[in-house]
Amino acid sequence: MAASDRTVLQFGPSSAVTSNITAKVHPLVIFNISDCYVRRPDQAERVIGTLLGSVLPDGTVDIRNSYVVPHNEFSDQVALDIEYHHTMLKSHLKVNPQEVIVGWFSTGLGVTGGSALIHEFYCREVPNPVHLTVDTGFRNGEGTVKAYVSVNLSLGDRQLAAQFQEIPLDLRMIEAERVGFDILKSTSVDKLPSDLEGMEVLMERLLTLINDIYKYVDDTVEGHAVPDNSVGRILSETVASLPKLSPPAFDKLVNDSLQDQLLLLYLSSITRTQLSLAEKLNTAAQMP
Amino acid sequence: MARSFLQVAAAEEVAPPLRVVQIEGLVMLKIIKHCKEFSPALVTGQLLGLDVGSVLEVTNCFPFPIQEEDEEIEADGANYQLEMMRCLREVNVDNNTVGWYQSTMLGCFQTAELIETFLNYQENIRRCVCIIYDPSRSNQGALAFKALKLSDSFMDLYRSNNFTGEKLREKNLSWVDIFEEIPVKVSNSALISAFMTELEPDTPVTQRDYDRLQLSSSPFLERNMEFLIECMDDLSVEQQKVRASFSSIFYIHDPFCKLGFVVIFRDENKARKAAGEEPLPEEDPSNPIFKPIPEPPRLESFLIANRIANYCNQINGYVANLRSHIECIWPCV
Repeated sequence: MAASDRTVLQFGPSSAVTSNITAKVHPLVIFNISDCYVRRPDQAERVIGTLLGSVLPDGTVDIRNSYVVPHNEFSDQVALDIEYHHTMLKSHLKVNPQEVIVGWFSTGLGVTGGSALIHEFYCREVPNPVHLTVDTGFRNGEGTVKAYVSVNLSLGDRQLAAQFQEIPLDLRMIEAERVGFDILKSTSVDKLPSDLEGMEVLMERLLTLINDIYKYVDDTVEGHAVPDNSVGRILSETVASLPKLSPPAFDKLVNDSLQDQLLLLYLSSITRTQLSLAEKLNTAAQMP
Repeated sequence: MARSFLQVAAAEEVAPPLRVVQIEGLVMLKIIKHCKEFSPALVTGQLLGLDVGSVLEVTNCFPFPIQEEDEEIEADGANYQLEMMRCLREVNVDNNTVGWYQSTMLGCFQTAELIETFLNYQENIRRCVCIIYDPSRSNQGALAFKALKLSDSFMDLYRSNNFTGEKLREKNLSWVDIFEEIPVKVSNSALISAFMTELEPDTPVTQRDYDRLQLSSSPFLERNMEFLIECMDDLSVEQQKVRASFSSIFYIHDPFCKLGFVVIFRDENKARKAAGEEPLPEEDPSNPIFKPIPEPPRLESFLIANRIANYCNQINGYVANLRSHIECIWPCV
C-alpha cells in the first residue's frame, strides 16, 4: 500500500470540544446516589439515573442534582423506564427550569457493555452527556468517582465505535463545607452545634494555624528548616494585606464598633422588658 | 395486672410525646440548596419520612414549585405533589408526609398562615413538624435549622377560637407557649459517611470558617433592627386596640361616668320638652355610646411578641460573636 493511502485509527481528543470539558459535582449528587443505592430493590446490582445541572459559560458541566430511574438489566439487554424519567424531569423542571439534563450516573467501578446502550439513549436527549460512575462498592479501597464523555473512534471516514474517555472531575464540596463535614461524616449527630461552640472551634483552629506559621518562620530564620521562597512570598503578601492604620485610628475604629454593638445589646434588653410588660397588659389585666 | 389480648387491642394508643427530630444529611443538603437558590424569595417543600415512637425521622424531601395565586394552578400543585410521591414510591423512598419546610428571611416566620398550615396538616397526620431554614443567617456561618410544632394547649385554644384575656389566664398560656422547638439530630447512612470521610479535603480551614470570620456586620444588624422597629410599631398598634376596648368597657360600667351621661341626657330632655319634642330615653342600650368595644383577640400580639423575641435573640447572638472577634484583634494592636 502506498504511504498516502494509510489511514490511522485516532485515539484521544480529536475535537477541541472534548479536550476542554471538565465536570464539577455538588455533594448533593453524591448523597442522592448513595441514598438510592441503599434503597435499591434486592435483585438490582447497580442503580442508574439522570444527572441535572447546567453548562457554565467556560465549558464546565456543573452537576447539581440527580434522580434515580428504575431499570432492568439482563445479560446484554437493558430496559430503562423512560416514562418515569420524563415524568421526573418534568417535575424537576417545574421547580427549577434552569436545571436541565447534563448526563447520567451509574454505581459500580468501570464501564460495562450495558452502559454503552444507556449512553446512546442519553445522547439522544442531550448533545454531549457526561457519564458519572460512583463506586459504592469501594473496590479499590476508596470510593472512586469518575466522569466520562463519549468520544467517537473513527478510521478515516468511518465511525467505528464510541470510547468512554475520562474527563477531569472537580470534587470540591463547598456546600458540604458550609454545613460542616463533622455533621455529614458521622452516622449520627446528637445536636446541631450552636453559634458559640462553632466560634470556639474556629478560634482554636486559627490559633493552631498561626502557631504553626510562627514555628515555621522561626525555624527558617534559625536555619533548621529549608526555606521555601513561594511560602515566604505568600506570608509577606498576607502580612502586607493588613490595612495600614495608625494606632489611634485603629483604636477609634474598634471603639466605635464596640459602642454600636453595646448600644444594640442595650436596645434589645429594653425591648425584652417591653415585651414582658406587654404580656402583663395582655393577660393579667382584668375586667371590672 | 395482666391484661387480656382483647383489652390491649381495644386500648387506645397513647402517642409518646415527640422528643427529637432526626434529619438525614441528604435532607439538610436538599433544603439548603433549594432555599439558597431562590433566596430572597421564600420557598417551601414537603418532608417525607417515618414516625417512630418519640422520634420523627425525616428521610427525604422534595421542593414545591413557586406558585402564583391562581385558581387553576392550585390543581396543578396538587397534581405535582401526587406525581412526585408516586415516583418516589417506585424507588423505595418513604412515602409518608411528616411535615413541610420553609425558608425565612431573618426569622420573621411566626405568622398566622403558619398556624393555619399547621392545623391543615394536623387534620391528616398525627404528628407533623415544620422545619425553618434561614439562608441569610447561614451566610454568617451558623447553621440555622429549626424544627417547630404547635403546642397542644395552643391548638385546643385556637380551635375554640377564643382568645380573650380570661381564657388565656385560665389556661396559663403566654406568648412563649405557642411554638415548641424540638431538638434536631442528624443521621447519615454508613455509605455516605464513608464517602464524605474520603472526600473531605485536607485543608484545615473550610468555607464555613471564612464565612464566620467576616467582620462586616452592618447589613445584617441593620436589617434586624429595621424588622425589630417595624414589629414594635405593630405591637403598639395591637396594644392600643386592647386599651381602647378596656377603656370603653370601663366607661360603661363606671358609676361616675354613668351619672355623667344621665345628667347630660336630662339636660337634653329638658331642652327637648321645651322645644316640644319627644324626650329621649335615659338609658338606651342601643345608643352607640353605651356599646362596649369587644375585646380584641390576642393572637396577633402573641405572634408579634414571638417575632420580637426572635430578633432580640439574633441580635444578642450576633453581637456576642462580634465581640469575641474584636477581643481577638485588640491585643494585636
